Amino acid sequence: MTDNSTYAPSSRQWQTIALRFGLYAILLLFALYYLMPLFVMITTSLKSLDEIRTGSLIALPRDVTFEAWRVAWSGACTGIKCEGLSPYFWNSVQLAVPAVVISTMIGALNGYVIAQWRFKGANIIFSLMLFGCFIPFQVVLLPMAKMLGLLNIAGTIPGLIFVHVIYGIGFTTLFFRNYYVSISQELVKAAKIDGAGFFRIFWSIFLPLSLPIIVVTVIWQFTQIWNDFLFGVSFSQAGTQPVTVALNNIVNSTTGVKAYNVDMAAAIIAGLPTLLVYIFAGKYFIRGLTAGSVKG
Amino acid sequence: MTSWLEKQVPKIVLAPSFFGILIFVYGFIAWTAWVSFTKSKLLPKYDLVGTIQYDRLFASPRWDTAFENMFVFGGLFITIAMILGLLLAILLDQKIRTEGAIRTIYLYPMALSLIVTGTAWKWILNPGLGLQATIQSWGFESFTFDWLINPDKAIYAVTLAGVWQASGFVMALFLAGLRSVDSEIIKAAQVDGIPNYRIYSSIILPSMAPIFMSAFIVLAHLAIKSFDLVIALTGGGPGYATDLPATYMYTMAFSRGDVGQAASSAMIMMAVVFAIVVPYLYSELRAKNDG
Repeated sequence: MTDNSTYAPSSRQWQTIALRFGLYAILLLFALYYLMPLFVMITTSLKSLDEIRTGSLIALPRDVTFEAWRVAWSGACTGIKCEGLSPYFWNSVQLAVPAVVISTMIGALNGYVIAQWRFKGANIIFSLMLFGCFIPFQVVLLPMAKMLGLLNIAGTIPGLIFVHVIYGIGFTTLFFRNYYVSISQELVKAAKIDGAGFFRIFWSIFLPLSLPIIVVTVIWQFTQIWNDFLFGVSFSQAGTQPVTVALNNIVNSTTGVKAYNVDMAAAIIAGLPTLLVYIFAGKYFIRGLTAGSVKG
Repeated sequence: MTSWLEKQVPKIVLAPSFFGILIFVYGFIAWTAWVSFTKSKLLPKYDLVGTIQYDRLFASPRWDTAFENMFVFGGLFITIAMILGLLLAILLDQKIRTEGAIRTIYLYPMALSLIVTGTAWKWILNPGLGLQATIQSWGFESFTFDWLINPDKAIYAVTLAGVWQASGFVMALFLAGLRSVDSEIIKAAQVDGIPNYRIYSSIILPSMAPIFMSAFIVLAHLAIKSFDLVIALTGGGPGYATDLPATYMYTMAFSRGDVGQAASSAMIMMAVVFAIVVPYLYSELRAKNDG
């Protein structure tokens, strides 16, 4: 490394090849580390319990069986009820879809106001919202439980939607604000001179420009809400629990024989929607993750 | 009149969110802060009595463990995820042909719920049938890897799973940072014959200071809020060996019915987050307003 000029060309080439080989080997090793849990989950879910007890963790299944998947979906016990994950999966769908749509719409309008219709105090409001993204939610759990009771939506799916919308607004506003702030304010001025109003400008100028940030926000919110556990476990009751809570109940409260294959199948089912989003829209997923943290 | 109303439209649009945040974030924090200074037990009481809840909190061995775990887990989790993330980002930055695929593999855990991650690692780390048993069956009879059931080691199991989940994300952050460094400077340095490691240590990494900061903030924030992972992986056990402030708070609020303890432990979490996030947000916002 210190003196490159003394190497003969051929030995330098060898060195480069060896280095590249080592590099790829390390990268491959890490790829295996990240993939191993997923691999183990899938193979375990396809084995019978006998095979799990006698075989090895990382062996491929000898007799592939989908029995564990069937049980996880429609027969596994979460506490007293034994109807599998499916009802809770649908709870999560019913919860995530409206919460994502509402919080994204509010965020778009907020971001539009803060970035393009600046008024005195707007920046302070934005800072207050931004800070709201960072609080540990434990600090609002108790009063929120009381509030949901007062509003008569405690333990219901609308109650959970409400909570997710409230605490999602900070992030969705941040996303849209940062996106709209790069659009020249001349656009609004020109449209105003042409007689267009607040909503008209939003609807026919800004919204058509917003597809990428809408995708980023929807993916971010969907991942957050689908994967949420804290609000789900705190504010739901038997029957309205989201899929993450049900998964945890299946894994941690099964009495009798531990059905590891069912646990793994259930975990994959619960993780599948966000995993699919990641596989098909990874670019936008990463952009959402880095949006708040990398400047510019 | 209509033009006055028209001028107010932006404010009217923002108003519900503003009042929502004011009540549900700041009002609720104030409520929790207030209750943490009362004698509240099963139900919240509102007469201030001073710091008895905090005295009880710091006298409780369970809270001691939880509080200490936050620093052990947080420290290890942040350090390891940063080092691993940076290493992977630098390795991936060497014009790797399959970069896209590798990046996808490194980052996918971030898409999973921590409950799913916890469930998977709980199975892998269970000594009876998991990794330990597998390696023993290969002939390494004395191999032990019982972190999950060992009270002194269980917090490291939580760290292991946490790092698996988050390090790919740190890698993505750093990789974006590496790519944003002015390529002309790097080329000039290469022309001058400066070795690669020097280019990294003296040119690229120092210019990435804001990204180190961001990664730290995001990871610290994840660590303090970690709740799902502990619940799914260890349930706080063995005993309460892997309790974190987040799980302590939850237990007090929803299983023990001790509102006062729940409120005071939540306020401590809040204070720790404050101490980390406020200086960061302040400098961020100031930088934005200046430029």
